[in-house]
Amino acid sequence: MAQTVPVTPAAAGAPAAGLPVHDAGTPEPPSRRPRASLAAPGSRATRLASNLVLVVVGLCFVVPLGWIVLASLDARATLVVDVPDEVTFANFAAIATPEQTWLPLWNAFLLSGGTGLVAVVASVLAAYPLSRYRMRFNKPFLYAVLFGTCLPITAMMVPVYSLFVRLNLLDSLPGTIFFMAATSLPMAIWMTKNFMDSVPVSLEEAAWTDGASAMTALRAIVLPLMRPGLAVVFIFVFIGAWGNFFVPFVLLLSPEKQPAAVSIFAFFGQYGSVAYGQLAAFSLLYSLPAIALYVLVTRLAGSSFALAGAVKG
Amino acid sequence: MSATLAPAPAGARGAGPAPSRRQLRRTTGRLVPLVPAVVLLALFMLGPVIWSFYGSFTNAALTGPNAANPEWVGPQNYADLLGDPNFPKALWLTVLFVVASAVVGQNVLGLALAMLMRSALRPVRAVVSTLVVTAWVLPEIVAAFAAYAFFHADGSLNALLAGVGVQGPDWLFESPMLAVILANVWRGTAFSMMVYSAAVSEVPPELDEAARVDGANGMQRLVWVTIPTIRRSISTNLMLTTLQTLSVFTLIYVMTGGGPGTDSSTLPILAYQEAFKFAQVGYGTAIATVMLVIGGAFSVVYIRSLRPEVD
Repeated sequence: MAQTVPVTPAAAGAPAAGLPVHDAGTPEPPSRRPRASLAAPGSRATRLASNLVLVVVGLCFVVPLGWIVLASLDARATLVVDVPDEVTFANFAAIATPEQTWLPLWNAFLLSGGTGLVAVVASVLAAYPLSRYRMRFNKPFLYAVLFGTCLPITAMMVPVYSLFVRLNLLDSLPGTIFFMAATSLPMAIWMTKNFMDSVPVSLEEAAWTDGASAMTALRAIVLPLMRPGLAVVFIFVFIGAWGNFFVPFVLLLSPEKQPAAVSIFAFFGQYGSVAYGQLAAFSLLYSLPAIALYVLVTRLAGSSFALAGAVKG
Repeated sequence: MSATLAPAPAGARGAGPAPSRRQLRRTTGRLVPLVPAVVLLALFMLGPVIWSFYGSFTNAALTGPNAANPEWVGPQNYADLLGDPNFPKALWLTVLFVVASAVVGQNVLGLALAMLMRSALRPVRAVVSTLVVTAWVLPEIVAAFAAYAFFHADGSLNALLAGVGVQGPDWLFESPMLAVILANVWRGTAFSMMVYSAAVSEVPPELDEAARVDGANGMQRLVWVTIPTIRRSISTNLMLTTLQTLSVFTLIYVMTGGGPGTDSSTLPILAYQEAFKFAQVGYGTAIATVMLVIGGAFSVVYIRSLRPEVD
């Protein structure tokens, strides 16, 4: 997974990791207890040291991040992180033009939303038989999916480019959407199947007895029950596509089709060495949706720790 | 795979033909919903992989007659690879980048942060983990701009160094690999930190307590209790960070463009430049194929370690 949010196939691995409901039964977060024992006399120095180290690490992490925020508010921004003499929104005003900002953001929205939709629909359909029937086909398919999750997509972009030339798909938004959906499918199928596994089958059996077809049961019973899971899958694919620079950079050529990631790079190449404040402002505008969606997904999925945490294997 | 259902929702009723054929038809019916996913994966994942192997044996170009009708040149591109001094250099830089930034940097810092968070004050923990995760959630190109501004000759790092009276070098030109490695540690540590936080919280506290009673100090408990207990998380996380770092393109491309010269051209950058800057698509495809083989080999190892999850 090249630029997608590096969530692992096992991210939704333990079915419990996906839905916060399952954690409710745990008597006490296990992390509490070691901390209590560390508070024992004699470890005061240890605690002080770990807090100090963490503060230093935090300072190292905050400087590059702080530059984006502070430079975007500074009329005379340089490359050095610096509190502006006077806070101004002039940088935001300067880039708030349709061709500079709004069209690329809209393109990014189309691209990411389309990718997310295609990926969710295809993976829901695929996950249903994988989750509900035991077939000889399942195991090799799931292994292939897992293998696909690991393939370095960046490595594929040169052959993908020549393939797109052959298929006459170069500079086509739908072509790019389907490609990005396909590359996020392995992860999406894996996560969707795990979410679906945690929906009990007994409800569907009742529907089948009443004569409902598999697809009816999927639509009327399974999907409503796994709505938070679907939202998590959609948002992960969306964030991955939103932040992806390399794929649209190679596959979309006309500026009016390019998403924010590519147009911001063009801006950097043209004015990057002068208009740092505007570059930072554009970066900030472009990052906010990704950050907001990430916060939303951690709410939906319990916590970020629960999501990545299921990698315990 | 949790559920097994005997009756199929449709087609199972009635006498029908011989059981085997009926079963076959039922299975086929059940596989129909997989079609969109399989078509997408075959066209856009398997297709490029096959195309990559095929294209690496042609002299495909970006423009001109060889773009429309590339000729079969056999293993010429691979022979050229071996003769090209930039290829072994890129291979070495890729290994250096992956080992230094992912295997060592992200994993050690991630584990250290996860351990330190346990004994930290609540506000410190909240603020620091938010900062670390923010660097990871940012779109890659924005993270690359931030790192560029930090390591630039006139950037924050040199301004901070000047504050303590040190004249900093032009990091992006004089030590580009160091800059991109540190930038990738900054960007990617959050993932390892979250994996290890979750793993460490599952270590039974009795184990730690027992070692403490036996007089083990913090370092000994980490090496002899915590790390052996979470070794499966460690191996999984090592594989995943390796695979992710192998395909990092944007960060390096924005910060140094692979330069100066080819001094920070890892394999993804080299493949891109050969194909699109020097218009040698066939040659770039050969580099891509090498990367795919390396990534595929790592994936197989990783999947074998995950086997119980699928079975």
